[in-house]
Amino acid sequence: MAAPRKIEAEDLRLSYGAREVLHGISFHIEANEIFGIIGPAQSGKTSLLRCLNRTIEFTPGATTSGAIRVDGHDVRRLKNVYELRRRIGMVAPLPVGLPLSIYDNVAFAPRCAGLTSRSELDGLVEQCLRQAALWDEVKDRLDSLGTKLSGGQQQRLTIARALSHQPEILCLDEFSIAIDPVTTMRIEDVLKELRRSVTIILVTNLTQQARRLADRTMFLWNGEIIELSTNEVIFSDQPKDRRTYEYVNGIFG
Amino acid sequence: MAAERAMELLIKLCGFSAIVFVFGIFFFVLREGLPMLPRLTPGNFLFNFEWDPSASGSPKFGVGALLIGSVSVTVLAMVIAVPFGLGAAVFVSEFCGRKTKEILKIVIELLAAIPSVVWGFIGMSVLGPVITTVFHVPLGSNMFNGAVLLALMSVPIIVSIGEDSLKAVPDSYREAALALGATRWQTVYRVLLPAAKNGLLAAVLLGVGRAVGETMAVLMATGHSARIPHSIFDPVQTLTATIAAELGEARQGSDHYQVLFVIGVLLFAITFVVNLTADLVVKGIKRKSP
Amino acid sequence: MSAPAIAVSPVPFAQTRHARKKQRAERVARCFFGAMAGAMVIPLLLIVGYVVIKGAPAMSWEFFTANPRRGGAAGGIWPALVGTLYLIAISLCVSAPVGVLAAVYLNEYAKDNWFTRIVNLAVVNLAGVPSIVHGLFGLGAFVYAMHFGKSVLSAALTLSIMTLPVIIASTKEALAAVPLSFREACWNVGATRWQTIRRIVLPNSISGILTGVILQVSRAAGETAPVMLTGVATFKAIEGSGLFLYNPFSEQCMALSMHLFYIRTQASGVKEELSFAIAATLLGVVLLVNVTAILFRLFLRSHKKW
Repeated sequence: MAAPRKIEAEDLRLSYGAREVLHGISFHIEANEIFGIIGPAQSGKTSLLRCLNRTIEFTPGATTSGAIRVDGHDVRRLKNVYELRRRIGMVAPLPVGLPLSIYDNVAFAPRCAGLTSRSELDGLVEQCLRQAALWDEVKDRLDSLGTKLSGGQQQRLTIARALSHQPEILCLDEFSIAIDPVTTMRIEDVLKELRRSVTIILVTNLTQQARRLADRTMFLWNGEIIELSTNEVIFSDQPKDRRTYEYVNGIFG
Repeated sequence: MAAERAMELLIKLCGFSAIVFVFGIFFFVLREGLPMLPRLTPGNFLFNFEWDPSASGSPKFGVGALLIGSVSVTVLAMVIAVPFGLGAAVFVSEFCGRKTKEILKIVIELLAAIPSVVWGFIGMSVLGPVITTVFHVPLGSNMFNGAVLLALMSVPIIVSIGEDSLKAVPDSYREAALALGATRWQTVYRVLLPAAKNGLLAAVLLGVGRAVGETMAVLMATGHSARIPHSIFDPVQTLTATIAAELGEARQGSDHYQVLFVIGVLLFAITFVVNLTADLVVKGIKRKSP
Repeated sequence: MSAPAIAVSPVPFAQTRHARKKQRAERVARCFFGAMAGAMVIPLLLIVGYVVIKGAPAMSWEFFTANPRRGGAAGGIWPALVGTLYLIAISLCVSAPVGVLAAVYLNEYAKDNWFTRIVNLAVVNLAGVPSIVHGLFGLGAFVYAMHFGKSVLSAALTLSIMTLPVIIASTKEALAAVPLSFREACWNVGATRWQTIRRIVLPNSISGILTGVILQVSRAAGETAPVMLTGVATFKAIEGSGLFLYNPFSEQCMALSMHLFYIRTQASGVKEELSFAIAATLLGVVLLVNVTAILFRLFLRSHKKW
């Protein structure tokens, strides 16, 4: 029997109260690929990510049905939801620096998981900050407040935090909104490195970014999958669906 | 995970405790007064104006005069407090500079912090002599004295909630009025007060709740005499003061003791209704505001 | 044809009579409302000043540290100060933790259902209960039903029930001031609800929580009705020193608030300046605690972490 796909969604439905936002979608994501998700605003992209790490549960009135599986196990049936969230790194669109020092920001997740050794934390913090392309800027002021950094720096801090618990799956939700193009490129290079050990889901409004980085891309619109193909197909002149072409080329969206 | 569950349970218990205490208050107060309850009809309790519980032979448990005492001193207090309180709220919210606003708000907070026994003392030792000299009445401790004290005690609540509800009126209303050439006063009178009337009503209700429930100040400054007053300078006796003054002497379990607890239940019910109404009025605004 | 409602001046933007009338009305209004506000400030200052001035002569070292004499009608107020301190300390030990955790429940855990709405309603109503009814409750529940008798413990517990709802309300406000985005960032990295609360939410709201608790301390210090029925005596001298001056389960104590009440309404042959001195002391304690809380709040506002 073939090994289970890394991530698999089967007829996933999500409703906020009476309003359905995901209409029974099914897709799969392979291990160690960069999977892009593109689509206009309010399509359900962020909601989909929140179903994956079950932070959807914090929204009152949200109900899900169908299955969403990681390594073959339905995430909704997992007993230890915190361990699930540690296996998935989540980078939200709006940068959030916790009101702690920069060091403590990155050490927060490992400490919650039980890691206390100072030397190990030091190494982890440096590694994550380097990967987030932030180390050089903050290495001399690791105990200054995370909330006092600029927007772009806070976003990179969020990325470092997402990496700090060494996730197998990394979800980036429009990570480059608050970051300048040069830094974005640096982080994209890091992502290309990371994919060797991590499965990456890249939700982005910038179709060019998906084009650069992803192996396969899914076009999600109004809670439905319009098309899911390899990048060669999706970004070509002849994608499977006419609407994909129109969205990618800016005719709507 | 177990520690997390234990903490969560402890937290939930504490949250539940608030309900337990409110019902607990009602329960324990009712419990002590319960035996007396069937014997008290509206006729011989609420509308009876003779309060003479320690009369041997046939003690009278008519709280009518006490109710009138509580109501009259509260109403008079509100007559004083509402105009000053709302006026001050308007001033703080619309007419005043930032520095003055900070200072005024601190003063109001300090005014609210003065304990009621100190107010009672002030009523007896400071206001009383002033009243007898200025108004030429024999007794300084009377309804008027108590009402002035209650007014000073309720004004902070009226000002702070009143100011909150004026602040809640969107600036667009003010800007629109000013653009039409209205002065600040006209804006307040024609636009803001009507728009904030729910919140201002709630502010007054909460002030009333505070005044009705007040004990020490009225005990000390109203003259404490269970008779129907004929002028504002007559002494009165409130429900609250009656309990405070007489419970010490009433033997535990006696009729007098139990009636005092029933009065406690009555007070609880009155303030419950007043506060509930105020809360609903405030919720009404919160739902309506954009 | 009638004249236009607004006078049109031949020179544009010049002061018309109408405009000048409006400005005068505006000034009058400002003065009027200012006077309303002033009507609160001035009595406060006058009263506090008068009480302090009349009481100052009696406020000697002996006044603060000696036991009362003649059944409380003369002498010092040391036991009353100590008793008040005990009452506050014991009542805080109950109301602070229970209040803070109840607020944590309401703000962090409670779902938006009918149960939560009832709890919130209960808190609001608990806050509005008259102080004498709290005294009745203390009498019925702690003194009699739980057989603690008239004691420091009964009085302190009555005070804690009285201060509980406001501690809950102000703690809730402090917790709600911590942005949701912080909590979401913690959940995303796998922190549990309690870890999030313990490491981020509580440390960043502790200042607001403390302010609320401090303000309730001053309220507990000043209240008479809840404690006069449940465990405060009009006269009880203290001999000796040390930490455990009372057995809270069996002994009563004096309290500053009750002492003022007794001196002014029941004791006879009391020197007038003595009663003013006690009033001034109580006023001083309460105002001092409140001013501390206000300064603390101002200090915090300038040291915000986000």
